[in-house]
Amino acid sequence: MPGLAASWPICLGYVPIGIAFGVLAGKAGLTPLEIGLMSVIVFAGSAQFIAVSMIASGAGAPAIIATAFIVNLRHLLMSSALAVFLKPETRRKLSLFAYGVTDESFAINYSRFKAGQWNLNQALVLNHSANLVWIFSTVAGGFSGAWIPDGAFGIDFALIGMFICLLVFQLRGGIYIITAVIAGVLAVIFSLIIPGNLHVIIGSVLAATICVFIRTESNEDADD
Amino acid sequence: MTDYDYLMIIVGMGLVTYLPRWAPLFFLSRRSLPQWFVRWLDLIPAAILSALLMPVLVTNGEPRHLDFLKPELLAALPTLLFALKTKSLGGTVIVGMLLFWLLSRF
Repeated sequence: MPGLAASWPICLGYVPIGIAFGVLAGKAGLTPLEIGLMSVIVFAGSAQFIAVSMIASGAGAPAIIATAFIVNLRHLLMSSALAVFLKPETRRKLSLFAYGVTDESFAINYSRFKAGQWNLNQALVLNHSANLVWIFSTVAGGFSGAWIPDGAFGIDFALIGMFICLLVFQLRGGIYIITAVIAGVLAVIFSLIIPGNLHVIIGSVLAATICVFIRTESNEDADD
Repeated sequence: MTDYDYLMIIVGMGLVTYLPRWAPLFFLSRRSLPQWFVRWLDLIPAAILSALLMPVLVTNGEPRHLDFLKPELLAALPTLLFALKTKSLGGTVIVGMLLFWLLSRF
């Protein structure tokens, strides 16, 4: 039950984003079945959005898969951060858990594990209820494309709103705020220089590296 | 695009999405990580979320350029205040969408 309770805000956010994705995918020529298959097999919001726009512009499989790989490399960092809390767990359960590591589930699961009030079963419930809602909303979007106008109800802002609040959850002290500011500024600078999405990884890795030194210098670890 | 092409695309995407999520959980969870690395990883969530968010708020176009007048940015500031005050994920998403929708109508 705590897993379900923690997942409803994510699910609420996934509905408009999933519908928006389904609508776009439908416009790119995908059937609801194809949309559902992608949501089951891939389950990665941003990579799916990018794939659909590449399919619409006629890109081939190698280019689409390579782009998805780069976009999803950030999950390498997220899973590493989660691994710290999951030492005693079986590898089979961890392999199942890995499927549901998204930006959103990660942010919630990480805060809860860090606060010591969470276990892997609850995290799995959260991941999979978010996954189900994602699959259903993307398919629903595929069916409803014809009668949802562009930009209706602020759908385009759902993901941004979710990121804003997930970021707020992470700002548990000065060092986290400094890290976020540096990462944001670096990501903006690199996004202006390099096309694509590498600026996300470069900006966050640089910022965490700079700030881990600041942290050691000032010994700001009251919360550890 | 044939059905076969599409299947290749999503299976390939599935693999390159799953592997980065799986490998650290499978291999790292069994060892003790050095203290500096754990501290570094602890800063990663705040860093990634901000790095995902900021470029969307202040850049525009392809190739990207700075743009501080996007409705996304105007809606993001009150949304941020709401999130700081309430710490409610669901509420923030709804308030943000509402603000953005109103802003883009005027």
